[in-house]
Amino acid sequence: MNAQVKPFTLRLDTRKGKVDMTHGSGGRAMAQLIQELFLKHFDNELLRQANDQASFDVHAGRMVMSVDGHVISPLFFPGGDIGSLAVHGTINDVAMSGARPTYLSAGFILEEGFPLADLERIVISMSRAANEAGVPVVTGDTKVVEKGKGDGVFITTTGIGVVPQGIDISGDRAVPGDLIIVSGSMGDHGVTIMSSRENLEFETSITSDSAALHTLVEQMVAVAPDIHSLRDPTRGGLATTLNELAQQSQVGMQLSEAEIPVKPAVASACELLGLDPLYVANEGKLICICSEADAERLLPVMRAHPLGGESAVIGRVIEDPHHFVQMETLFGGSRVVDWLSGEQLPRIC
Amino acid sequence: MKYVDEFRQYKLAKQLAAAIRDEVDTGRSYHLMEFCGGHTHAIFRYGVQDLMPGNVRFIHGPGCPVCVLPVGRIDNAIHLVEAEDVILCTYGDLLRVPASGRNSLIKVKAAGGDVRMVYSTQDALNIARENPARQVVFLAIGFETTTPPSAVALQQARQEGLKNFSLFCNHVLTPAAIQNILESPEVREIGSVAIHGFFGPSHVSSVIGSRPYEFFAEEFQRPVVIAGFEPLDVMQSVLMLIRQLNQGRYEVENEYTRVVTREGNQKAQRLVAEVFELRRSFEWRGLGLVPYSALKIKADYQEYDAEQRFQIPVSPAKEVKGCECPAILRGAKRPTDCKLFGVVCTPDNPMGSCMVSSEGACAAYWSYGRFRQPEAKSA
Repeated sequence: MNAQVKPFTLRLDTRKGKVDMTHGSGGRAMAQLIQELFLKHFDNELLRQANDQASFDVHAGRMVMSVDGHVISPLFFPGGDIGSLAVHGTINDVAMSGARPTYLSAGFILEEGFPLADLERIVISMSRAANEAGVPVVTGDTKVVEKGKGDGVFITTTGIGVVPQGIDISGDRAVPGDLIIVSGSMGDHGVTIMSSRENLEFETSITSDSAALHTLVEQMVAVAPDIHSLRDPTRGGLATTLNELAQQSQVGMQLSEAEIPVKPAVASACELLGLDPLYVANEGKLICICSEADAERLLPVMRAHPLGGESAVIGRVIEDPHHFVQMETLFGGSRVVDWLSGEQLPRIC
Repeated sequence: MKYVDEFRQYKLAKQLAAAIRDEVDTGRSYHLMEFCGGHTHAIFRYGVQDLMPGNVRFIHGPGCPVCVLPVGRIDNAIHLVEAEDVILCTYGDLLRVPASGRNSLIKVKAAGGDVRMVYSTQDALNIARENPARQVVFLAIGFETTTPPSAVALQQARQEGLKNFSLFCNHVLTPAAIQNILESPEVREIGSVAIHGFFGPSHVSSVIGSRPYEFFAEEFQRPVVIAGFEPLDVMQSVLMLIRQLNQGRYEVENEYTRVVTREGNQKAQRLVAEVFELRRSFEWRGLGLVPYSALKIKADYQEYDAEQRFQIPVSPAKEVKGCECPAILRGAKRPTDCKLFGVVCTPDNPMGSCMVSSEGACAAYWSYGRFRQPEAKSA
């Protein structure tokens, strides 16, 4: 974010003002937006250098890097907004390697006409999330597109992190005999978003579980450095993520529906909409695949962490040439838990 | 979940499974057709088949409204979007149904057509109110369950004087379709498909009651049990059907007494009768033309009838070659009998309608049950 540090005649109107094309043109209006909004709230030493890039020393060891684009609608929802989500999402992607996230970048695509007040609200929330996580936004970019060519605001964040020595967490390391752990209830985020969509408002006490999981992961790898796989079940939910892992590791999985934590309100909302909570998105939960011995070490640590209170073993990795994820249903029968195909669409009658 | 979990209890399921095992006559088979896709979905999702003795077989009938809608009607809807520039509102399931020429509403939407997924007819009315300069068409499909909300929407449109709202009516009727299956040569004359009893769809009966089934239970000598959609409802209904068959009875029994009465919801019936009337004949995918099996909008409401408001060409529908959806919908074949199943036709790339909706027999087989197939292929 290269900003010229010069005084501006009038302050940026973050009460009634709107984004216009000049905010992306590279001129003084853009400099003012950067200085009075982004720099003000994301304030940190690296950003203050006001260069086109952030410059920092590289740690020894293995680094990881991840990028995540955020296009969520609605922008604000119970339990978070696109800003906090953009921070948590990327921190989690970095953390799922066992890495300690260090820095974030943020790219904003703003739609002409977007209220500056909303933008400030998002930036404040983003900076709060970054501060709480201890992972600063150290470089960024802003572009403005014409009205009708965006949906308010899109945010892309990139994160980098450092993997502690001796950690080798990867989606292809699940082996038969491993246990499958989830860190909490499934489907909270997706149901929250659906309940606040314009054409589907229904009242629910559920809030998004959007959270940064790196401190949980840090404690987990401290007691069990040989965790085989970690992944956050975001889009497509638990079912899709487990299928990805089964495919990557060339194994099958056997789940027990009774052990999968789902909040009653989430289960009810899914029932109403004809959705399956196993396919609904999460933004603050992780799946951990590890040996049985490690699971014993991990569960008390996970349950003691504020983001892992409901951690549970939900199944086991098995040998299966078809790489199916199967589940014993609550009812005592069994079924395949398949990939999500297309979008999960509500059923008709 | 109160009022739901009670009907999914493992312990009761085991007891019911034991009762069914005690009741079945091992010297015969029981082929039970669940007409409705809701039952198909429940059977697969909860693994009910696993709890059944080997001689009890579920035959998945044509009661998935998405699956029986002929390709031509989707082509018509696409025509409305592309040629008439309407805002087309519909339920989510329909978006992915394959139309002629590998098209679908979701592809039309991607190409810039104004197709909107709604959750109720009220959403469609709102869209019409908010876009007075545009024509808004609600693509209505479904059995008797979804008909009353369509009737209400038309009444509201009239009361408000909404000039830009109309309904493309594809509502179909359950009893006529069951009768058609029983009269089909495979079942009646050739006898290649044995259907010994039926599960009646409970939500349909919450509107029409259980009485409309009495005629054909008597006429065709097949027992019918109006069954709820929870897995325990399905199992209890299996037991009731097996008892009737063992005792040589063919009556209409009601398992779903917590909602369904013999007469049904008469207020809803009056509402539907005010707005809709029987079509002389309607095409069902898989069944062909079925007399008096669908509804159309009455002349009194014709200004809200998309088929009157717009020129809709009759489009000769082309089915994908080799697709066995028609035979599967009649219970004459199983999804695994189809050459396309799992090879080129999967939920990601449905060739036939039974693969589109999660209530379709093929999609349910593929998504929930393919591990049972010895030759199962991974996705």
